[in-house]
Amino acid sequence: MEYVLHILVLIGIYVVLSVSLNLVAGYTGLISIAHAAFYGVGAYVAALMALNWHVPFWLCLLCAIALTGVLGAVVGIPSLRIRDDYFVVATFAVQVIAVSIMNNWTDLTGGPMGLPGIPQPEILGWRISSHVDYLVLVGLLGALALWVSRRLVQSPFGRALKTIREDEVLAQAVGKNVAAFKVLVFVVSAGMAAVAGVVYAYYISFIDPTSFTVMESIFIISIVIIGGAGSLWGPVVGAVVLVTLPELLRFMGLPSGVAANLRQILYGGALVAFMMWRPQGLLGKCAFERKSAKA
Amino acid sequence: MKSAMLEVERLEKRFDGVRALAGFSCTVREQEILGLIGPNGAGKTTFFNALTGFVRPDGGQAAFRGQALIGLTPYKAARIGVARTFQILRLIRRLSVLENVLLTFPNQAGERLRNVFFRPWTCRRQEAGSRKSAEGLLEEVGLAEKRDDLAEALSYGQQKLLSLVCCLATGAELLLLDEPVAGIAPEMIERILEAIRGLPRRGKSVVLIEHNIGAITQVCDRVVFMDAGAKVSEGTPEEVRNDPRVIEAYLD
Repeated sequence: MEYVLHILVLIGIYVVLSVSLNLVAGYTGLISIAHAAFYGVGAYVAALMALNWHVPFWLCLLCAIALTGVLGAVVGIPSLRIRDDYFVVATFAVQVIAVSIMNNWTDLTGGPMGLPGIPQPEILGWRISSHVDYLVLVGLLGALALWVSRRLVQSPFGRALKTIREDEVLAQAVGKNVAAFKVLVFVVSAGMAAVAGVVYAYYISFIDPTSFTVMESIFIISIVIIGGAGSLWGPVVGAVVLVTLPELLRFMGLPSGVAANLRQILYGGALVAFMMWRPQGLLGKCAFERKSAKA
Repeated sequence: MKSAMLEVERLEKRFDGVRALAGFSCTVREQEILGLIGPNGAGKTTFFNALTGFVRPDGGQAAFRGQALIGLTPYKAARIGVARTFQILRLIRRLSVLENVLLTFPNQAGERLRNVFFRPWTCRRQEAGSRKSAEGLLEEVGLAEKRDDLAEALSYGQQKLLSLVCCLATGAELLLLDEPVAGIAPEMIERILEAIRGLPRRGKSVVLIEHNIGAITQVCDRVVFMDAGAKVSEGTPEEVRNDPRVIEAYLD
């Protein structure tokens, strides 16, 4: 039972992550490989505040969102000036830099040893300790992320994002400040990823850089693509599928070394298969098709 | 004579040694339809690109109602009132016809993040208003019954008509139309020309690039003939059509 609850909590965390990436990748058409970096920064900010200053959970959460959002802007403003493939490379660089800071700024982050002993959070007297508590917390935050995402994409703001995804030249020609829209959605997305990071840090009560590497970024992208980029519920379906499927491998009685490798092969295979036969993902309608010509 | 809306002086643009704009000057008056004709490569589209910030000219000036246009980014040019259509059709194919019109409206409250979350009612009210005016615009050009179809489901001619409506919906005062009737069926051409002819009544001025001389003669108040990046001749459609230099250039 504990095990099932654990999987559900993980699904919840990945729902928040993939819903936030979907805003950038699915609705705005910007593939960012820096998402695990924002996830990690959120986790580290909260863990450090809780460990060093015993700051309450909600304040850690707000600070993590704010700081990661600012980081999103700092990263976004220069890198969003460049297009498509170059943007992917720029975010990849950010991702690599973030992990190497986590690994090497030992005084602050504990380096590869990570930060152990993150205390149990308490919200308005509710002590979150059991798996069920975490499931409730992550469920609430996941629902909130979905609500924010829905509000956004159904608004004129979201319509402008879709316009930018489909045809940036047209978006400019009809008076949309494309750069401002991109930076804003990037900041919102980074802040949302931080929420997942904060919950993860408290839940596992230990963080180290290995949880926030580029592999993690790619995993989140896979969730978005397989679930259906640019659809509201796609990331939810993607998170359920991609978190659960590899767990099933456990019950096939494979040696753990084989299972771990098989898991990577499975992700890779699934991603390739989807790109070839169902590029719009399970629920998606459209994203990542051929873009219209540039002016 | 009506006062000038757009004044362009000696625009220059070189691409790898080719003078796409070679000191091109012209004036567009208030509520006038100006035709811009000339052979392929004469610099007509480059002129549009230069006015709307898609291309930065190497020299020259352009003033829209006294405001400098050159050096503005495309979205700023659109916001101060210079909007355009494109030679290759640009629409958001996977959004509905109505949404395509809606997305072009200026100053939408709901495009501000703060309003989306903290002033949802303001956004909703404004959106309802925009929806009405968008439906009105579609009604006028006879696309009302298509409003919920995807833009890609329209015929090519209807898509061109829609892109004209979108350009109008930006609220811009000066509309630069790049071959709005090229490649479409005659009866659709009539509908689009009819729509263009109605624009000055709304206070708009139009610059129309078109190879279809019949269409130009039908709707334009004045015509500028352009070749090799410069103005060759200017006058009423009749005058320009009978200008020997124009005839010669078109026969080449």
